Amino acid sequence: MMNVLVCIKRVPATGSRITLTPDEQEIDARYLNFTFSPHEECAVEEAVRLIEAHGGTSVVLTLGPDAATDILVDAMTLGMERAVLLETESGDWDPGATAAAIVEAVRAQQAAGTAFDLILMGNEAADTGDYQVGIRVAHVLGLPCVTGVKELKIDNGNAVARREVKGGWEVFEAPLPAVVTVKEGINLPRYPSLRGRLTAKKKPIERMKPQRAHGGLEKVRFKVPPEQTSVAEVLGKGAEAAPLAVDLLQRLGVL
Amino acid sequence: MDTFPRHARVVIIGAGIVGNSMAYHLAKLGWKDIVLLDKGPLPNPGGSTGHASNFIYLTDHSKEMTKFTLDSVRQYKELGVFTQSGGLEVARTPQRVEELKRRITSSKSWGIDAEVVSPAEVKKLVPFINEKIILSGFHTPGIGVVDSLRAGTLMRETAQKQGALTVFAGTEIRGMDVANGRVKTVRTDRGDIDAEYVVVCCGIWSPRIARMAGASIPLTPAVHQMISVGPVPQFADTVGEIKFPIVRDMDTNMYERQHGFDMEVGSYAHRPILMEPDRIPSIKESALSPTELPFTKEDFDLQLEQALELMPDILGNEKVGIRYAINGLLSLTPDGFPLLGETPEVKNLWSAAAIWIKEAPGIARAVSEWMTTGASEIDPTGSDVSRFYDHHKTKTHVQARSAEGFNKTYGIVHPREQWLTNRNVRLSPFYEREKALGAVFFETAGWERPNWYESNNKLLAEYGDRALPRAAEWESRWWSPIINAEHLAMRERVAMVDLSAFAVLDVTGPGALHLIQYMCPNQMDVPVGRVVYTQILDVAGGIKADVTVMRLGPDHFRMVDGGFDGMRDKKWLIDHLPADGSAQVSDLSSALATIGVWGPRARDLAQSATEDDMSNAGFPYGTCRWVTFGPVRALASRISYVGELGWEIYMPFEQGARLWDTLWDAGQKFGVVPAGIGVYGTTGRLEKSYRLYGNELELEYNLVEAGLARPQVKSQDFIGKAAYLKQRESKPAATLCTLTVDDNTSKSGIKRYPQGREPILTLDGKPIEDAHGRRSFVTSAGSGPSVGKSILLAYLPPDYAKAGTKLLVEYFGEHYPVMVAVAGNAPLFDPENKRMKM
Repeated sequence: MMNVLVCIKRVPATGSRITLTPDEQEIDARYLNFTFSPHEECAVEEAVRLIEAHGGTSVVLTLGPDAATDILVDAMTLGMERAVLLETESGDWDPGATAAAIVEAVRAQQAAGTAFDLILMGNEAADTGDYQVGIRVAHVLGLPCVTGVKELKIDNGNAVARREVKGGWEVFEAPLPAVVTVKEGINLPRYPSLRGRLTAKKKPIERMKPQRAHGGLEKVRFKVPPEQTSVAEVLGKGAEAAPLAVDLLQRLGVL
Repeated sequence: MDTFPRHARVVIIGAGIVGNSMAYHLAKLGWKDIVLLDKGPLPNPGGSTGHASNFIYLTDHSKEMTKFTLDSVRQYKELGVFTQSGGLEVARTPQRVEELKRRITSSKSWGIDAEVVSPAEVKKLVPFINEKIILSGFHTPGIGVVDSLRAGTLMRETAQKQGALTVFAGTEIRGMDVANGRVKTVRTDRGDIDAEYVVVCCGIWSPRIARMAGASIPLTPAVHQMISVGPVPQFADTVGEIKFPIVRDMDTNMYERQHGFDMEVGSYAHRPILMEPDRIPSIKESALSPTELPFTKEDFDLQLEQALELMPDILGNEKVGIRYAINGLLSLTPDGFPLLGETPEVKNLWSAAAIWIKEAPGIARAVSEWMTTGASEIDPTGSDVSRFYDHHKTKTHVQARSAEGFNKTYGIVHPREQWLTNRNVRLSPFYEREKALGAVFFETAGWERPNWYESNNKLLAEYGDRALPRAAEWESRWWSPIINAEHLAMRERVAMVDLSAFAVLDVTGPGALHLIQYMCPNQMDVPVGRVVYTQILDVAGGIKADVTVMRLGPDHFRMVDGGFDGMRDKKWLIDHLPADGSAQVSDLSSALATIGVWGPRARDLAQSATEDDMSNAGFPYGTCRWVTFGPVRALASRISYVGELGWEIYMPFEQGARLWDTLWDAGQKFGVVPAGIGVYGTTGRLEKSYRLYGNELELEYNLVEAGLARPQVKSQDFIGKAAYLKQRESKPAATLCTLTVDDNTSKSGIKRYPQGREPILTLDGKPIEDAHGRRSFVTSAGSGPSVGKSILLAYLPPDYAKAGTKLLVEYFGEHYPVMVAVAGNAPLFDPENKRMKM
């Protein structure tokens, strides 16, 4: 039996061009859905599999506006049992404030009877890419933390986490409770089922209203970097192109 | 890559299924120098073709749409991209069970093999269906799926191989230049192309592209939600794309269609989600494609539950996941029909828009033929883009009607069903009078027209069973026996009918006679003051319109046309205006109001309101003249579509109310009743076997068949003359006949009344087909209160087109005996037309 918390973040599902709102404070989401990142989808899948294997409770948590309940329902559609929304008025919180709010929620859950053995997160946020929240949460809670994990086993009260490095794997063993941030590829997430969606829609969502800590980072505005353009050069047509293609591949060191 | 051209005979914008089909058919018809442009990449530029579910159901209650579909299936088969799977429509409600029977009648009328099957038979065909919640199924074996992207590619490549077509993907249209009302140049981000013709095949973007040239293609992009779930274990051994029949769950407005190992579940049940063409994301802004917008889950939750109910074995499986879900964009139009043909605003700018996969190649063939010769094999009139009045093209109208129509995609739509949104747009000057009389308004071309008057309810007591009351709910819907009572009162006394919805087109100038002669097969060089009923033909001798024309002066003709047809016919007239400016067309539809006054006391009424001579000698049948009624000078035309003595009276719009009052007051002592369009359009005309455009008269039938050929053909040239002369030489393949129903009693003992479009069958229940492969079906149906029978019109082949022939009509799954009362053009009621001419 174990209790697993997964923290996810609501981000826009963008096309190849990102458009900002006129005040440059947000991404223009007119044509976009909101979603959570592939890393986090894998964290959810990992949690669902762990509970299927070991029993216990899975809880999904996000910090964001009321609209973020959508991704909580999505995570419950995939098999998470309970959901917690740390409701904010608007805007993004910086990693420090986010971590503080999560810590507060973890403690509240513990006080209410759910102590987490494992806290899973995506390796980094899909939009801001801070790589911080997992480490900050672990630090404040005094828990071990492994980041960038692509394989996870629970063995005898320990988390055995493997991280891919150039030319091999790093293997960490951490006693539970622990914080683990995972990367896409750790598993192949399932698709939502119809019944999953219909069940998830009916589940309640627990809400907390955290106070944002003073200080930290403030967003001034977004800026879209100049579009990267790539120029395609046609080497040739038909058979005549073959030697040129071979030559290029040799120059690139592929052949 | 080909160099970007500076000139083209025709530029086709849009390389979805429509644009590719257009390129193919134009090339096949001999067009050269065709350029196909698309902003997106090939083979899937990102329009609606790319995300279509690509299945084809055959039967539609509309003949036109069914014929386009059948032709498309034939073409897809030729291309080798069609996979036959069969298809079912299932009924969950008793109302739907009835509707499926009605779909059988349409299938028989249009020549489609289909049958109603029991839930157990449905289960045999679709083993994973929950047959316990369905009451019956409508099975069409010929249904199937296509690869529309492959079809488009094959068609495009065929035209390219013929050397007729060059293709440029990734080319954005920046503008269009028009000179002298004619399209001239297409401006793109790669350069400008001078083009003789431009065809807009841009689906949901069409309004935006047409607007660049100042034309209107009134459609709105709208969301159709679809999910694809899998992998489905039941499909594991499927070879190819599809093994099981497609299912349309009609009562929930949904479909379930196997696609390989997945099941696609689509819906037309969710709230209408419309978009504006200018707000569609660009390719780069889109997460998937511009027409695959993010799925809004909450709109689909009810559909999930309903789909789960119908197919629990598949959709209830936790391992079957939602792998793809979109808010797919498709085109909706305010009346549900496509938008085809040359735009009325810009010469040589053609529209081929609001077209679904199931009908695209057939429509492209028709539009290509139309562009090439001026006539197509399949009659596209219902989809003609020039059918709209200005108010139809407004955002308010397009969005209101498209939204209202969306949830009727699989709906049970009554043939007389009225739109509820955007009403009260065009009100005649009599409107307040009519409202006070309890008018029940039906809409035509935006006009509110009384269909009957509740204040005439008292006539029901007067006429009793002669008003032919109806017991069955379906044919009582959007109907009242008051119509028949008004009819009887008109035949006995006199009635006033609001005809303000007429389209009225004046043709003037020194070239007016020549133009009008050229437009009409009848002799139009008649004395001033004569009224001529004539048809208008297309180049192939199909019937394009029917109108009455008043000669008001040597150089002045006034053409009166049905409101529904007015704008199409106005374009046809304008298209043929002489280049030297010697004739003009002006549209007086909104300037004149019209009242019909008919019945045996019509002369008494009219004469008591004027000092002018209204006698038979002074104002003979078939003539028109100015008459002064009190302070109003009006144009009176002594003709009748209901077979009675009387006049159509045209007056300046703002004086209408006054003239109404004058006639109404004068009529009191003669027992005048207000009568609605129910009398004018149905009962009165059917007793006289008068033809109605769009019902009996259409491009696929000719004057000989319609019984409207004149004894002589005028010496002057007119459009369609060569074809018409040829038609006259041979025996017609079918003749329009008037039939009466011998016994309306159904098996349950309730009298039933066909409503139109039902198949006419031989006595052994077989469909009847003429030498051109056209099946016999009811073109119009209605009550004949003065003959005490229910009347049907239908084209019949020579073997059956004889008075006294006994046949059957099928209606909601039952057969009723009918008899040919009149073969050809003669009325049932008052066959010698004495009443009109007295």
